[in-house]
Amino acid sequence: MTSTPPTIERETRASRVTRRSLQALFLVSVSMPFWAESSTLREFSEFACLFLMAQMWNLLGGYGGLVSIGQQAYVGIGAYALIGLGNFAGVNPFLAVGLAGACAALVSIPISQIVFRLQGGYFAIGTWAMAEIFRLLVANVAAVGGGSGTSLTAVRGYSKWARESITFWIAVAVVFGSLVMIHRLLQSRFGLALTAIRDSEAASESQGIDVRRTKFLVYVLSAAGFGVAGALYFLSILRVSPDAAFGVQWSPVIIFMVIIGGVGTIEGPLIGAILYFALSKLLGDYGTWYLVGLGVLAVIVTIRFPGGLWGFVEQRFGLRCFPVERRVVARIPLSGEDHA
Amino acid sequence: MDILSVADTLVQGILLGSLYALFALGLSLMFGVMRLVNTAHGDLVILAGFFGVFLNLVFGVSAFTTLIAVVPLAFALGYGLQRGVLNRTLSRDPLPSLVVTFGLSIIIQNLLLQLFSADTRSISAGGLESRSIEIVPQLSVGVLPVIVFITALLASAGFQWLFSSTRIGRAFRATSDDGEAALLMGINNEHLYALATGLAVAVLGVAGIFQGMRTTISPTDGPAQLIYAFESVIIGGMGSFWGTFLGGIILGVAQAVGFRFDPGWGILVGHLVFVAVLLIRPMGLFPRTSG
Amino acid sequence: MGELLKTHQLEAFYGDFQALFGIDFTISQGETVAIIGANGAGKSTFLKCLTGLLHSPAPAITWEGRPIGGTPAYQLVAQGIAMVPEGRRLFPSLSVEENLAMGAYTRRRGPWALDSVYRLFPVLQERRRAAATALSGGQQQMVAIGRALMANPRLLICDELSLGLAPLVIRELYRALELITAAGMTVILVEQDVAEARAHSERLYCFQEGRVSLTGVSRATSIEDISLAYFGV
Repeated sequence: MTSTPPTIERETRASRVTRRSLQALFLVSVSMPFWAESSTLREFSEFACLFLMAQMWNLLGGYGGLVSIGQQAYVGIGAYALIGLGNFAGVNPFLAVGLAGACAALVSIPISQIVFRLQGGYFAIGTWAMAEIFRLLVANVAAVGGGSGTSLTAVRGYSKWARESITFWIAVAVVFGSLVMIHRLLQSRFGLALTAIRDSEAASESQGIDVRRTKFLVYVLSAAGFGVAGALYFLSILRVSPDAAFGVQWSPVIIFMVIIGGVGTIEGPLIGAILYFALSKLLGDYGTWYLVGLGVLAVIVTIRFPGGLWGFVEQRFGLRCFPVERRVVARIPLSGEDHA
Repeated sequence: MDILSVADTLVQGILLGSLYALFALGLSLMFGVMRLVNTAHGDLVILAGFFGVFLNLVFGVSAFTTLIAVVPLAFALGYGLQRGVLNRTLSRDPLPSLVVTFGLSIIIQNLLLQLFSADTRSISAGGLESRSIEIVPQLSVGVLPVIVFITALLASAGFQWLFSSTRIGRAFRATSDDGEAALLMGINNEHLYALATGLAVAVLGVAGIFQGMRTTISPTDGPAQLIYAFESVIIGGMGSFWGTFLGGIILGVAQAVGFRFDPGWGILVGHLVFVAVLLIRPMGLFPRTSG
Repeated sequence: MGELLKTHQLEAFYGDFQALFGIDFTISQGETVAIIGANGAGKSTFLKCLTGLLHSPAPAITWEGRPIGGTPAYQLVAQGIAMVPEGRRLFPSLSVEENLAMGAYTRRRGPWALDSVYRLFPVLQERRRAAATALSGGQQQMVAIGRALMANPRLLICDELSLGLAPLVIRELYRALELITAAGMTVILVEQDVAEARAHSERLYCFQEGRVSLTGVSRATSIEDISLAYFGV
């Protein structure tokens, strides 16, 4: 009896468990508007935004190697696109969330040409400078309330329950959809190219990977994601201002989520988002001390545990909830078996 | 627009820009020696400013004594920071140093908020802030801005001289070129990096005190100063301290011109000049090619 | 003649990968010892241990009778060990003269200074203000050697002097090396070119897969024996 040919396996036991749990969670979530409290729905929407941002930043920085501290530019563009499309163009505000992502993606195209001229740390600050430029530009536009901002009037036709539920369902779609999408993306050829570039640009280039184009695509994709997150966030709170939308306070939150959770993995941003969300609800009252603690934590994690929380777990227990690699599983006959 | 108001705008811009140049020198130094971009750079300026406020308020120390006191303290802070924390983040990957300095930025801002609240403060310089010299009739410059300008000039010249003509400067350049080969020369990289950061923060300390004297400061002002410093470096071009100095001047002038037209547009014009330089001459206006 | 440097059962690891398996090596004052071996045999790793770039246990390396294993690289220069690194590794931002001056960073006293280096390599004096990396390969190698000499070491390590250079240039470099050793310098010579290594050393070691496969007096060791030891046949 000859040995069976080796097979390629993409799932692990942990990933099967994860998939089933997520499917169950999805079904439960969809039903929530019918039994959960309004504040719970709102908090989940908030969480969804943070989660999407963490995933998108991780995609850009952890996989694409483009560390940006200016993604809030696209949060703001998404938010103001929502206002523009909803208040002024009469587009259905819920549809506008998706369109806002497209707007952010469009704007990111010329911006990428500017910021890609910088490298490393200077690229990071350059993205921040871009966000600042947008903030100042928008603050000078009277039609959207200038520096003090404006409200999303387009939702006035909906009942409170309808508005909150639809917003919530969009948030659910965002969380589960983005998880699936990113997992699929990273398993694809594009994802392989990204990981290769992260490991070595020179080697990737020599293997025929168009590094520039890949980086550009991941930048635009990340911008789209941030745009959707921005639109969703402000759809949830209904009022936008340049400081809230383009403000620098988004970046530390996002970066901390990803770093503490575990950069360069899919599980990391999820864990980081959950952890951050939980901490901010528990400790948010301590205001500045809480933020100081967050800063200290980020410093310690970066220096001592560069893989973050999930990196630590992964190393210790070898868990892969969202496996990206393929494993070759071969059955090798033992010497005692019959090979006639 | 008459010649006098043009001259006035120009002069104000140059003087403002010299403060930016002072901010930018430290950033340029740290990047030049160890490719490290310090996101907490602006917050260190504000920290120094509040240190001055503290001395001023609590002990009634004069502004100029503060200037002298801040230099060794800021140097020690920079040295300790680099040696204790930042040295561990140096690698080809920019992420660790970015996250750590970002963390520091948050820590500094919130500690300051905790200690001083969000109110704006300033350092009293015993009337110097309002004194001015008349250059020509109808055109006068503040004494303080002129002092800042001279300081920035001296600092730029000092850094340039340090790098090109001294043993330590050669060591900085060598370590930046090839860290391992520098070890083989007997250079203690960890110590050298810490010296560089100490120097950078010392200059930042002086800049922070000046900032506190010239205007009001608040704990969350750091990020704005970082962006001005950064834009100065990019406009001026990397690899040369004179370039950074000139970059700061140009940024200051751009902002002054913007302010002339509309107070809301001042900073924005500076940003636009930065973007323009990045698009048209990404190497900066006065880059120094290596070798 | 005193024993200057000695290694005892030196092992080296890159993470989990073991590169050296118990190297015993010794060199005495005034000697020139060559180390030969194929790529990957462990020569560079061995030099990294000697110069402190790779960590070793303290007693594994002895210098002037004292254990120096684990000493940081920058301290070893001050103690008298200098290396001409493989590939020269000159500082591109510095001129020729500045590169040489860099060698004297530790300010050790001795016969070597700018004027003596320029006497050894007159062409460097002509090009002293040029950017170091603008020189030809052979001249760059001269700068690298001069830079190491400026540290006034007791032990000079030369890693692959002849790499990528024309035979004429190599001959010139080895002529200079003879002058250096005539002045009393102790030299470890790592060479790809077995003939040059054999011709310019008193003793040699052959490395093969992280072990010493052969050691002996250079002139007395046959090419056959070297070939066998080199390729591990």
